[in-house]
Amino acid sequence: MTSQQTQAPREQAPGPQALALTRVSKSFRAHLWLRAAPVLRGLSLAVAPGTIHGLLGPNGAGKTTTIRIALALVRPDSGEARIFGKPVSDPRARIRVGFLPENPYFYDYLTGREFLDLSARLAGNPGTGGGSAGGSRASARAARAGEVERLLRAVGMAGRAGIPLRRCSKGMVQRIGMAQALLGEPDLIILDEPMSGLDPIGRREIRDLILEQRKAGKTVFFSSHILQDAEMICDRVSIIDRGMLVAEGSLDSLLAGEIRSWEVAVSTPGGSGVPAALEELGKGLPGRWEVVSRSAEECLLRVRAEEDLDELIRAACASGSRVRVVVPFRETLEDLFLRRIGREDRERRA
Amino acid sequence: MTAIALNTFREAIRDRVLYLLLFFAVVLILASRVVSMLTVGSEEKIIKDMGLAAIGLFGVLMAVLIGVSLVFKEIEKRTAQVLLARPIPRWHFLAGKFGGLAMVLALNCLLLTAALYAVLLARGDPDPGLLPAIGLLYVEQLVVTAVALLFSSFSSPILSCVFTLSVYAVGHLSWSFLILKERLPAGAGRLLCDVLYYALPNLDRFDIKGRVVHHLPVPAPELALAVVYGAGWTVVLLTLACGVFARRDFS
Repeated sequence: MTSQQTQAPREQAPGPQALALTRVSKSFRAHLWLRAAPVLRGLSLAVAPGTIHGLLGPNGAGKTTTIRIALALVRPDSGEARIFGKPVSDPRARIRVGFLPENPYFYDYLTGREFLDLSARLAGNPGTGGGSAGGSRASARAARAGEVERLLRAVGMAGRAGIPLRRCSKGMVQRIGMAQALLGEPDLIILDEPMSGLDPIGRREIRDLILEQRKAGKTVFFSSHILQDAEMICDRVSIIDRGMLVAEGSLDSLLAGEIRSWEVAVSTPGGSGVPAALEELGKGLPGRWEVVSRSAEECLLRVRAEEDLDELIRAACASGSRVRVVVPFRETLEDLFLRRIGREDRERRA
Repeated sequence: MTAIALNTFREAIRDRVLYLLLFFAVVLILASRVVSMLTVGSEEKIIKDMGLAAIGLFGVLMAVLIGVSLVFKEIEKRTAQVLLARPIPRWHFLAGKFGGLAMVLALNCLLLTAALYAVLLARGDPDPGLLPAIGLLYVEQLVVTAVALLFSSFSSPILSCVFTLSVYAVGHLSWSFLILKERLPAGAGRLLCDVLYYALPNLDRFDIKGRVVHHLPVPAPELALAVVYGAGWTVVLLTLACGVFARRDFS
């Protein structure tokens, strides 16, 4: 899949996409007298409802700008962004959206509970008692307080919600941020680097929360440069680099086809290490197979090409060894990421 | 919008700058009692003069110092992003900020007025005639707040502070454009004086301190007109600020 191919509008699922960006371009000017530098170049994305969609890319690829355009915090130079079919410039489109910014910094003079109460009042969702909620003020306030307490419990902050945010750790602020993003049970949750700067336990908790949202039928769109996290939870990913889409699709379709290598476990007769026939073969195929590990009884070999695998197996059998297991290793998201970003780099340099 | 206004109010009343300004204003009002002892026969006038000056000066300082940083701080610290990603139009954000600061200024006026009347009461002269002057000082502070918000929607706090204080100073001298106009020959110079006179708020309209202290009459229609004039300027300035703010990128 080349960048040119992926820039074309992709197939539409029935009904509006949770988030759709169509040929969005954006440039920023650092100073009035400098030329505007393009950050996004005709980027098109479609986030299907009910999925976890990862937006991946190296630093400076345009992930945060993409998210800000999706939330109408930044206006595109061209192209458009829609949330459930409505243009994002219409504030009503954002009623169904929750958002957690990168490295969140909230009003530090507020406590976690006060901040969530403020966010709930602005959420505009009747469930939070905000916006145009019907009923009496008292019932709206009670609904809001109930929602806030429910989310504080969900993010494990119920006992610490009375602490001013200026005295909270990064992890605690991130949890409060996650809670405010989930206020009003939004259908689309947009998270900018939600796992950034968290310890492994914090990352695990955020991952679990994201998975819970999908179970509840919500859509999660998040940016990350931590590929391991994305690989663990994403249904689909979009990889962008220098403002352009370089790969998009489900993880299954992106990673299924490519077998990166095979590992072959060979038990050696009489504990003689790598059999002589294999040593000979290795000399004939320099750099095409390697010994991963070896013991007296068994050695583990790795080959990268299918024809080398056949030859290796034949040589092993001929030497009187027994091939115990052959394991194909498929490409990881990291491999795919590095390959696609690297290819784009080479194409640009050429 | 109410939520943003209440949050702005809460932010300001948890800010030490507010208490510092309030402290100095109260000290100045109380000091007027001491200064008045140095004069002969016009002690109340000195107390009233100094008290009204303190209410006006510290209110404007508060409007400028808090007003210029209100929006800028939110953009710099990126707290605005979380709010603006909510389903609210951008002008709600600015209007909420203005509303919150208006509440702070009202509280400031109330406290300083109470301090001034406490001093006057101790002298046995709680003159209610000062209240219209205090009311107009408050209207003036609202106009200055709107100027500060307009500048802070596109420039840094320091520049906004300089611009706002310049508008405040020129706004109190705008009568001089009319005098200058009379002395200039017909042409571009006169036109420029007219433009400057009408393009900037005439803040002298809100200054009736001298008249109330000397018990000179201030007709009710003049008071009402000053309030309408202040409200008009506030709406125009806030509309401009909202226009600028709506076009901004929060990157």
